[in-house]
Amino acid sequence: MASVQARKLLWETATVVAIETHTPTVKSFFFRFAQPVSFIAGQHMDVRLTAPDGYEAQRSYSIASAPETTDRLELAIERLHDGEVSPFFHDVVTAGDEIELRGPIGGHFVWTVETGGPLLLVGGGSGVVPLMCILRHRAACSSRVPMALIYSARTTADLIFGDELHGLHARGDGFHFVPTITREANPPRGLRAGRIDAPLLTSTLALLPAPPRIVFVCGTNAFVETAADLLLGLGVPAPVIRTERYGG
Amino acid sequence: MYRPRYAETLQNCALPRTLQSTHALMEALVATRGFSGSGRRVTEQPGRLPPGQYLTTDFPVLSAGPTPHVAREGWHFTLQTGSQLIKTWSWADFVRLPITTLTPDIHCVTKWSKFDTTWEGVSIDDLLADAGLEPPTAFTLAHSSEGYTTNVPVKDLTGGRGMIAITYDGKPITPDHGGPARLLVPHLYFWKSAKWVTSLEFTEHDQAGFWEERGYHMYGDPWKEQRYSGD
Repeated sequence: MASVQARKLLWETATVVAIETHTPTVKSFFFRFAQPVSFIAGQHMDVRLTAPDGYEAQRSYSIASAPETTDRLELAIERLHDGEVSPFFHDVVTAGDEIELRGPIGGHFVWTVETGGPLLLVGGGSGVVPLMCILRHRAACSSRVPMALIYSARTTADLIFGDELHGLHARGDGFHFVPTITREANPPRGLRAGRIDAPLLTSTLALLPAPPRIVFVCGTNAFVETAADLLLGLGVPAPVIRTERYGG
Repeated sequence: MYRPRYAETLQNCALPRTLQSTHALMEALVATRGFSGSGRRVTEQPGRLPPGQYLTTDFPVLSAGPTPHVAREGWHFTLQTGSQLIKTWSWADFVRLPITTLTPDIHCVTKWSKFDTTWEGVSIDDLLADAGLEPPTAFTLAHSSEGYTTNVPVKDLTGGRGMIAITYDGKPITPDHGGPARLLVPHLYFWKSAKWVTSLEFTEHDQAGFWEERGYHMYGDPWKEQRYSGD
């Protein structure tokens, strides 16, 4: 558990040093801070945009980069159709822009290699972002903590970090990547088609050498409710399951 | 284990304008290149939205674990001082108490606000009256069925400011929004309004709950933007 922070989290101005397009709706924004942000895998940052008349808009975004990658901090932002902040990032922000952020925030949906495993990670859509941070932290520490990631995406083109996740899987160091594609009848590369269900969770749990110490589930509320209820039905104890719900 | 976090402000709160200007003065204005705020939703009453919040018509769900499905038949609500029980109500006992309606705006620490939400339930004043109890301490810790806790000062619960809500929008509160009963303290960020609430414990000291131990503010006033420890 993270301890109580005594100090105020101050707004800091960071420079956008790169932008990467992952999918038609998701881009990563890489920020450089004067002092690197020290954080735990799974945490998020608050972003604040300010208009010339003083109006401001704030949102929270999960950190995608590993805590060990101190030269730049990556936020992966999904463009929301009726959003106010995410379309601004997608359409207006360019490298060199300065953006105000503060954080890190969150002390529950977090993991360090010292916590150990095994872990089951379940991500829907952009809910994979904090799970990617956990996996990158594991890789950066050369950890062999057993982990499996079920990642549900609409189409193959909507898989964020797909190549990197296949690469981590190919290392054969105890990480299993289990993508499932919900809106393509015949996804390529032998990817599974269909929504998450009990058989998929059962077979993925069987990839782990022991029952998971923690299950992290992240996605829309509907996705998280489905996954969490299925897990409870399979006998995973409720206190083991930690959730982060998007859509707010 | 869960993350109920919405909150609200009393509609007759006279503070917003003043606090917004103080807020602007405290931190020098740094406009973001290219951001005009043209996407802002125009609210009919200026000053009704606390700083850093945006208006939504949805009712997002934010919880830190699976949604517990608590049956009314097995539900009890308890008032206690420390571990000493003062009074316990079954569902049947509880719904016979006077029912109060509140229609507050609610404000989630994750930045969304929702106006005019309608809740029915039993005010903390009426609960205390039914128990024949004067608040024995100045602080409380609310407990939920799955282990979630959050701290709220007594003065923020009494005087009509807090209730144990059992309906939302005229219908039983759904499990994902905290049904069968949730604490409603609408003038604080909504994580204080504990879902699946089962007891209110009077504590000697202001004792941090689940999110308060994990970096969130001990009090959580949206008008002062008390989101995180140190705010």
